[in-house]
Amino acid sequence: MSVEATPQLPVEGHKESALERAPVGRKRRHTPKGVERAMPLLLLLPSVIAIGVFVYGFIAWTGWVSVSNWTTFVQDMSYRGFTEYTRLLSDFRFLSGLRNVIVFTILFVGMCALVGLLLAILLDRQPWGQPIWRNLFLFPLAISFVVTGVVWQWLLNPSAGVNILLDQLGVENLPMWYVSTEIIPGWQWGQIEVAIPVALVAVVLAAGWQMSGFAMAIYLAGLQGVSEDLREAARVDGATELDIYRRVILPLLRPMTITIVIVLGHISLKTFDLIFVMTGSGTGYVTDVPAVYMYEATFRANQFARGAAISVVLLILVVALMAPAVWARNKTEEGARE
Amino acid sequence: MSSRVLARIPLYGLLALFGAAMLVPLYLMVITSLKPPAEALISRMWMLPTELSFAAWDSAWATLRPYLVNSFTLAIPATLLSAFVGSINGYVFSRWRFRGSEYVFNFLLLGMFIPYQIVLIPLVVTLQSIGLYNSIAGLVITHVIYGIPITTLIFRNFYARIPSDVIEAAEVDGANFLGVYRRVALPLSLPGFVVVGIWQFTQIWNEFLWAVTITSAGQRPVMVALQNLSGSQIVEWNVQMAAALQAALPTLIVYVLLGRYFVRGLLAGAVKE
Repeated sequence: MSVEATPQLPVEGHKESALERAPVGRKRRHTPKGVERAMPLLLLLPSVIAIGVFVYGFIAWTGWVSVSNWTTFVQDMSYRGFTEYTRLLSDFRFLSGLRNVIVFTILFVGMCALVGLLLAILLDRQPWGQPIWRNLFLFPLAISFVVTGVVWQWLLNPSAGVNILLDQLGVENLPMWYVSTEIIPGWQWGQIEVAIPVALVAVVLAAGWQMSGFAMAIYLAGLQGVSEDLREAARVDGATELDIYRRVILPLLRPMTITIVIVLGHISLKTFDLIFVMTGSGTGYVTDVPAVYMYEATFRANQFARGAAISVVLLILVVALMAPAVWARNKTEEGARE
Repeated sequence: MSSRVLARIPLYGLLALFGAAMLVPLYLMVITSLKPPAEALISRMWMLPTELSFAAWDSAWATLRPYLVNSFTLAIPATLLSAFVGSINGYVFSRWRFRGSEYVFNFLLLGMFIPYQIVLIPLVVTLQSIGLYNSIAGLVITHVIYGIPITTLIFRNFYARIPSDVIEAAEVDGANFLGVYRRVALPLSLPGFVVVGIWQFTQIWNEFLWAVTITSAGQRPVMVALQNLSGSQIVEWNVQMAAALQAALPTLIVYVLLGRYFVRGLLAGAVKE
């Protein structure tokens, strides 16, 4: 990929000074040969062990907790079986959260990709002050989801914020935003309605405000990789600007879209802080997500086995999203190489 | 000429529209936090203050100050340690190729994509057993360990660009593996440290899940304190806005000063070379 992702080395300026620091006449250090050969491994080992234990070991540990008898404050790691998993399958709160996080992910990633693409195309037209616009669209990325949640809680409060403006514009039936318990009808699936809870739209707006700039940055990097020759050739062939975007540029942006789906999708599936701060679980769990349920089941209700089972489902969701996306990315990369 | 200008009107119109939308939450935070208490009414939410007042700032500052201090004592050492570990790892991966080194690299990298809920319970148990639960030190260690994938990735790509003749020259001079790192790679590393440092500082400062599970009471970082404050029924909303702004300011200032390095960190996490 041709994207400028890593910092440039100041090679020209510093090359000499680095060499000066390795003076020729210096006395040779005597490191035993074996140690010298093993040095890279020795340097890497602490990190490999740390990740091995804290990531892979802990995943296995959590997996074990999920099938254990640890359901009170007292730790009990004896085997109980898959009770928690079968319980989750008929748990109204969990199923609501699962539906919500999937709906949220689709809306959120979709919004970020569309807004990001539009902004990237605008910036690719080289408007005056392009770097200023770009920084303006990116600054929310430097802000915490907690701060975003606090502010948007007031912006989309049904009796404040945006609704005051809408009221002055004469809008009747002001939206209830995240307080709404309405669920846009879908179909019944067990006790759960597979549908879009209106309250989630408010959270999507807040999250989209924060993360659209990410999609913009990725698409912009992609657009800058589309050569001017290619555009010129299409123009010579009589294509309009719109045609060029639709026929030439958009297909070339496919790898960027995959990257956006991977990164934003996995952020979205584990969404915790924004929901926790902005809305909580909501009436009838209309804004609940598995990550919030996991936290409350584990650290408020001491249902450690249940919390562990929910987090295992979360991991499976992330893998289910990433595996096809990574596969698709590798495939497009191979395609590009051929 | 004028038709070209006309053709660009929709471009600037859309830019202005989205630019304004981006600024709305910031505008609201700033004006609300500067209103005197009598003007901090929901009905006057969008209006500018008639006079500036720092009452909400003072009130928020009095509550948040110890937690802001906590966040700095967390974020600064965690960022430095994490950048150092990433620099060593990145250097090894850029220089040392063997059969399966890609697998080791991916083994580390995958740690970046797990939902952290999956390690939360063992992490709390482990920190409790080594006496670091409910401590800033426990949070520092957590951030350093789970920061290994991203910092290693950024530094590996960074060191991969050191021209090999520079390294060979040092090797001819008798520098060993660590010597090349210390005498050649490290002196060239400043931009890498800036990118990783800004990225990690922002992430650690803004992080909430570890903070809320690992610490309580006086050990809390600022984001947990802010969440408590916003969930409280007795804290006025203009104080909440002032607190939100104060909690956001350190990373915002870093972004304004060093934004282009922030963007590099952002893209490095997303784009494989």
